[in-house]
Amino acid sequence: MNIRKNSEAERLSFWEKLYLPEIAKGMGITFRQMFKPKFTRQYPEEVWIPTGSYRGRPVLVNEDDGERCVACGLCSRVCPALAIEVQAAETDRDKERYPEKFEINMLRCIYCGFCEEVCPEEAIVMSKDYDLVFTSQEEAILGKDKLLVHISKLQDRLEFLRQYK
Amino acid sequence: MPHIYIDDKLIEAQQNKTIIEVAFENGIDIPHFCWHPELTVAGNCRMCLVEVGMPKKLPNGAISVDSSGKPEISYFPKLQIACATTVAEGMYVRTKSEAAINAQEAVMEFLLINHPLDCPICDEAGQCKLQEYAFNHSKGMSRFIETKNHKPKRQSWGPNVLFDAERCISCSRCIRFAKEIAKQDVLTFVQRGDHVTIELFENKEFDSPYSMNVIEICPVGALTSKDFRFKSRVWDMSFNDSICPGCAKGCNTKLGVRNNEILRIEPRANPYVNKFWMCDYGRLTQYEFVNNNRITDPYIKVDGNHKKVGLDEACSEAANRLKQFNPHQIMFVGSAKATNEDNYILAKFAKHLNTKNLDCLKYIDENFQDNFLRCADKAPNTNGALQVGIKPDLHSVRIEQLSEKIATGDIKAILVMEETFEEYTEIFKNLSELKLLVVLGYNHSNLTSIADIILPASTYAEIEGTFVNTDLRVQHFTPAVVTSENLRFMGMKMSRLDKFGAFNDRWTQHQVRNSRQSWKIIQKIANRLNANWSFRNSHDVFLEITHNIASFKGMNYELLDEFQGLTLGKAEKPDPKVRNYESHYMKPN
Repeated sequence: MNIRKNSEAERLSFWEKLYLPEIAKGMGITFRQMFKPKFTRQYPEEVWIPTGSYRGRPVLVNEDDGERCVACGLCSRVCPALAIEVQAAETDRDKERYPEKFEINMLRCIYCGFCEEVCPEEAIVMSKDYDLVFTSQEEAILGKDKLLVHISKLQDRLEFLRQYK
Repeated sequence: MPHIYIDDKLIEAQQNKTIIEVAFENGIDIPHFCWHPELTVAGNCRMCLVEVGMPKKLPNGAISVDSSGKPEISYFPKLQIACATTVAEGMYVRTKSEAAINAQEAVMEFLLINHPLDCPICDEAGQCKLQEYAFNHSKGMSRFIETKNHKPKRQSWGPNVLFDAERCISCSRCIRFAKEIAKQDVLTFVQRGDHVTIELFENKEFDSPYSMNVIEICPVGALTSKDFRFKSRVWDMSFNDSICPGCAKGCNTKLGVRNNEILRIEPRANPYVNKFWMCDYGRLTQYEFVNNNRITDPYIKVDGNHKKVGLDEACSEAANRLKQFNPHQIMFVGSAKATNEDNYILAKFAKHLNTKNLDCLKYIDENFQDNFLRCADKAPNTNGALQVGIKPDLHSVRIEQLSEKIATGDIKAILVMEETFEEYTEIFKNLSELKLLVVLGYNHSNLTSIADIILPASTYAEIEGTFVNTDLRVQHFTPAVVTSENLRFMGMKMSRLDKFGAFNDRWTQHQVRNSRQSWKIIQKIANRLNANWSFRNSHDVFLEITHNIASFKGMNYELLDEFQGLTLGKAEKPDPKVRNYESHYMKPN
């Protein structure tokens, strides 16, 4: 049994069924918007810089005398997406251990920030980078060369962590 | 036999045992650091403090009871250490009372005063007894605001052991191990109070062949292995049960594997073989040949060069060429390094071809022997190979005659299983004169370079099988490393990385070798010579062994696992099962 109720023909009034007056109404709205202030941003010419609370790509903190990371592997353990791989090795420095290899697979990373939360050395933090582009799967695996960022560029985030972590 | 109550549970204890021993045997764990069942009692960590009491007695000698009819217990005002208090008739012990828990928390607080919280750097993290107890038996906070004591780090104690004095909690397990088990009394406490540390005697080194056992018994990360240091986190590895193939003692081991590579070997408790220990030789030498330089595919020699072929093709080639020789011209070299299953199938194959020339190489080294664990026979399964039929009879060619028989042309073809002839240069010199040399091997070697057909055999870490040790104890072991053959082996423990890795993750790009357990290769060759065998797995082979060879009668893998090995010919009378002590380990494991 076919019950045809609330069909388009039933809902529309006579003027609406005429079609053309409705087009004119719509164009009216469009023209009015043209003279109001703009909300859109001209990305990528005009780049948005997030605040310290933003969770962008995780990076390793590099100090003047080398990285903070001691390759404890907790970030790798806590990572729900298994994005992080760490291989430790021994150094002569006071903290005997350093990451010989530190890789984050950005295809796996879900930007949850658990790695930052668990890090006992405050060595991995979420940065403000959000526009990541890769052309292959291999390129998306970031090594230490791409992950190490000087501490001076991470002050906002470190300040945020000090306040709210 | 005294009757005691531990946490209101009535226990019939043996005379002269301590409270902690009785509790352990009955499934009650009392926290402790310095106590170890194989070492003398030191009683210096104070972690095992418990409340001990006796029923109150009335002047007439009767036991005083309260209104509900229960005996009234008068507990000693001062707590006792469970590891040094022997049980007495009618004793009452409380391990979880308020006083006991307060005492444990106080001890933990003292221990953590000077313990550096460098768990992120420490190799022990994840399997540390102090970490575990800090979680279970401590308040979880520190009131200590002064600076911690600093002590020297990275002190070398010997060729294999590093000592970090800061992390040491002075339980003295290593000192007692060196003195009592390794019989090398070179360690001692120096200084006192919070400056106490452990030092070697002057001009002495802790280089005992068993030195690395102190790494396992150390409840913290003060002692670390020079070989393993920082190779991997313990939770990234999988640990599967195995048997050390370093000598005929057959020490029970666990293989720590990550990315399909053995990173370390550690002992597994077996009260009837190795207790809790194993030697440094076994730990350090028995994984290189599994990880490196492996034969991963079958090869056939064509015009002097080895050509990679499929397994079926290589087996057909071997079968076709073996057919061309008279049975008495063929020699089979079994192996004391291979399992009973492999050797049994090889012997069966020899019988199928009517060849009586069947023998194996012996690895006897008197210098290796000591009166503890290491024995002179440096192959794991010499006894087993003999039992399942790898022995020449009166008229056949023995391994000692092989060299000369090749020279005279009596032996023209040899099938070698899992051997390299490295230490037998006399025989090796003549092998190149053979018409056919088939080698089932693990690693590329001088032998494989002259072989006509190379077949990739799996090592002990990749197969399921049994070894018979020097005391004729049959022990079962299972694979720890993945090959294309055992990818779906039931019950193999996997690490988290193994479980959740995808094909495009870098850590899953490890080598899965295309090797086979030796008996499977031999079965393939035999079936091409009309043998029609249909063994599917090692279970089937072992079942046939137990039917055909009297000394194995009544055994199966489940029983071998249950009783941690059975003695040949005594399957009906296994050694009693005991609760194995494990000081500290990765949880969950």
